[in-house]
Formats: sequence, structure tokens, C-alpha cells
Amino acid sequence: MNQLILSLICGIFIGGTCGYLGNLMLSKRMALVAGPLGHLALPGIALALIYGFDVSLGAFPFVILGIILIWLFEMRTRLPMEALVAIVFASGVAISFLFLPTEEAETALIGDITKVSLKETLITAALCILIFILIKKIYSKMLLINISEDLAKAEKVDVKKYNLLYLFAIAILVALGVKMVGGLLTAALVAIPASTSRNLSRNLFQYNFLSIFFGALSAILGISLFKLTSLPSGPLIILTSTIFFLISLIFKK
Amino acid sequence: MKEDLILKVKNLSVQLEGEKILENISFEVKEGEVLTILGPNGAGKTVLLKTLLGIFPYKGEIIWKKDIKIGYVPQRLPFIKNVPMTVEEFFKLKDVSKKETENILKKIGLSEVLEKEVGKLSSGQFQRILIGWALSKDPQVLLFDEPMTGIDIKGEESIYSLLGKLKKERNLTILLVTHDLSVVYKFSDYVICLNRYPICQGKPREILTPEGLEKLYGQEVKFYQHTHQEL
Repeated sequence: MNQLILSLICGIFIGGTCGYLGNLMLSKRMALVAGPLGHLALPGIALALIYGFDVSLGAFPFVILGIILIWLFEMRTRLPMEALVAIVFASGVAISFLFLPTEEAETALIGDITKVSLKETLITAALCILIFILIKKIYSKMLLINISEDLAKAEKVDVKKYNLLYLFAIAILVALGVKMVGGLLTAALVAIPASTSRNLSRNLFQYNFLSIFFGALSAILGISLFKLTSLPSGPLIILTSTIFFLISLIFKK
Repeated sequence: MKEDLILKVKNLSVQLEGEKILENISFEVKEGEVLTILGPNGAGKTVLLKTLLGIFPYKGEIIWKKDIKIGYVPQRLPFIKNVPMTVEEFFKLKDVSKKETENILKKIGLSEVLEKEVGKLSSGQFQRILIGWALSKDPQVLLFDEPMTGIDIKGEESIYSLLGKLKKERNLTILLVTHDLSVVYKFSDYVICLNRYPICQGKPREILTPEGLEKLYGQEVKFYQHTHQEL
């Protein structure tokens, strides 16, 4: 099948689902957590590139490790989230560059969705659909937890269970995201479309719809621009997303 | 537990991060009663409500009537402004149908805000919405944590007349945290004066004598020096 179509399918699924998840993360001011997770995935990505297996597969265990680390740090210390983020961020990048071959560095850092195989595309699409359904199922309760954990507990919501499912969704999507935009840019994949949507929305329906829409559209346009210019696709996707965000500032409600 | 009891609390103590917040609290609440929890800032009133809701770990006994449904009205919800959400959608978070939402909004005198963004309501409107939200799905008990700021006096009076009206209609039991003595006289059946440990408890007119109040608030200055902000 045409390589461009495969890339576009991957992009639409990853971009759209990340946008949807990002809008939940934004409600808890947690959007930046995807950043250190993406960076921490770098050693895994490096291993995958060296030994020639799927980048997302390499990233996933490291993302899980990252989630456990951030969770432990938050319990153990009273340091602000930014400090924890910076520590995890730097360590991930540092470790990966101990053994990452220079010629693979670009793919690891900014991703490459333009060479995906049919099999990868099918797996990516299936995972995205599953995660999308999962997010849709937990969305109401998760949003309530993000607004106020106390209120959620008073409503007998099992906060631990929902948080675990939520983190699981984040882990899978970050692992998929690094394939598209690399360890450095994954945070933007969840943060920017949701922020754009936040600027333009007056209700939850619009907020959800536009988050998904801008996530998918940025991927489509970014990959198309790659085809035209041969510049790296990851940065093009993110910059397209940034342009939508800037435009949204003009129309901000 | 006796039949008409909704809640029984015995020797309740709460310790958070190594600090004793509440000690030796015991009281009972009957169906349809209004219980007021009174006390200076940092006395642990909000902690008591949250402990009753099962949010904090505790020692002692908290026994609710079987299968009881509780509605909780928190002091504030600062993060709600991060989310673009209409009042209707806010109620939908706990699966309240549009029809029930409309009915409740009518009751609390806010029919016009159904499609308005929650973050753009006035503080008085928002507090009514929180009460309405807590009352949806027909709870038998309402736990109401009065905000310290943000509501003007006129608005505040109408909140209590609203609560009184709703209580009559639904035979609600209400547990109330407040700073306002006039509310206690007018509105409640039973008062607990609290400053980490119980200072006094009983019917408002028996308890809220000048001596009783001095006992409660006379310690306030001392406590300000030793305690952190109310949780």
C-alpha cells in the first residue's frame, strides 16, 4: 500500500487520540507529564533502533518505569512537579546518549512516521481505538477526579482504579507518540491540540471534538508538508499544531 | 444502631501527616436534623466533614445508616475553571439526566443557567449550583461546607433560606460547617463546638451562651499561633 496513506492513517489515529487524552490532562494541569515520559522513553527508543524492533515497543516499558518514578517522587518528596520533571527529563536524555548511535539520534528525538509498515499501522490503529474507547469510558469520572478528588470520593468514585486506567492510557499513547514525533516532542502532541481547543470551546462537547480534530488535522497537514518539502515530519506536525494554537488565540473566547 | 439515627460517631480521632487534627469526637445525628459544626479557623471542621465522607483515615467509629446516600457541598472547586463545561454537562458527570437537572435548577432558582459555562457563573450562582449538584440523585444527607469568602451577605441569607426550603421538601438531614452564629440559632437543631477536640455540644440555646462562646473562641488567638491553615 502507498506509504503516504499508511503514515497518514497512523498520524490521524495517534494525533486524534493524543488530543483527546490531552484535554483530560490539561484539566489537571498535568499536560507536561507527557514530556518527561517521552524523554524517559529515549533509552527504550535507542535500544529499539539499535536492535531493529518497533520503537513503541521499546518505549513502552520505559514509560511505565517513568510513571512509577514520578508517582514515587511525588509521594516521597514535597518537591514541585517541575523539579521532578526536570530530573526525569535530563536522566532520560543522558542515559540514551550513552549508547545511542549518532545516525539514529534524529529518529529517537523527533520521530519518523514516514516509514511505517502495514503491520505497524494496523497495530497502531487498533491500540488507538482501544485507548480511545477507554478514555471515553473513564472521561466523566476522571474529569470529576481532576476537578476535585474529594468530590469524586464523596460520590463513591474509585479514584485509585480510575487513576491507574488513566496512567495506563497515558503510557500507551506516549509510547505510540514517540514513534510519530520522538522523545523530545511527545508532550506537545497532547498539550497543544487540547490548548487550542480550550481557547475555542464553550462546552465539553466542543472541547472534546476540537481537541481530537486539531490533533488529527495537525498530523495530516504535517505529514503532507513532509511529502512536499522532505523536511522531518515530527517537527512539521508539531509546528502545524502550534500555528493552529496561535490562530486560536485570536479567536479566544 | 437506633432506628431513627442517620449517623453515629464515637471517639473519632484524625491524624494527618503526624499532626493530630481531631480528637475524641462523639455525637449522633437523627433523621431530619440539622447539625452545625462550629469553631474557629483551623479547628478541623472541614477535616471532620471529609472524614465522615471517608476521605481521610481515622481512629474510632463512624457508622452511617445502611445504604445511605450522601451529597457533599465543598467550599470551593478552583480547578473547575480549567474546563469549558456547561452547567448541564457538570450535572452529567454524575449521570444526572437533562430533565432532572432542569428540575433542580428550577428549585434553586437558576433555570436560566443550564447552558451557561460553569466557570463564568458568579460565586453566589456557583454555590447554588454546588448545592443543586449535591442534591441531585436524591441523597438523604447533605454535608455542607460553608465557604469563608466570596459570597455577599444578601446572597448568604438566601442560601440558608434555600437550604431550609429544600430540607422541608425532602426531609433532608444536614450537617453544616459554618462561622455564622445567626445561622446556628435560626437553622440548626444541634451544635458541636469544635477546636480539635469537642468544646461543647447540645441544643443551640443551651450551648451558645456567652460563657460557652468564650470557651470556644477565647482560644482562637492561641490557636492561631500554633496551627496551620485549615485543610
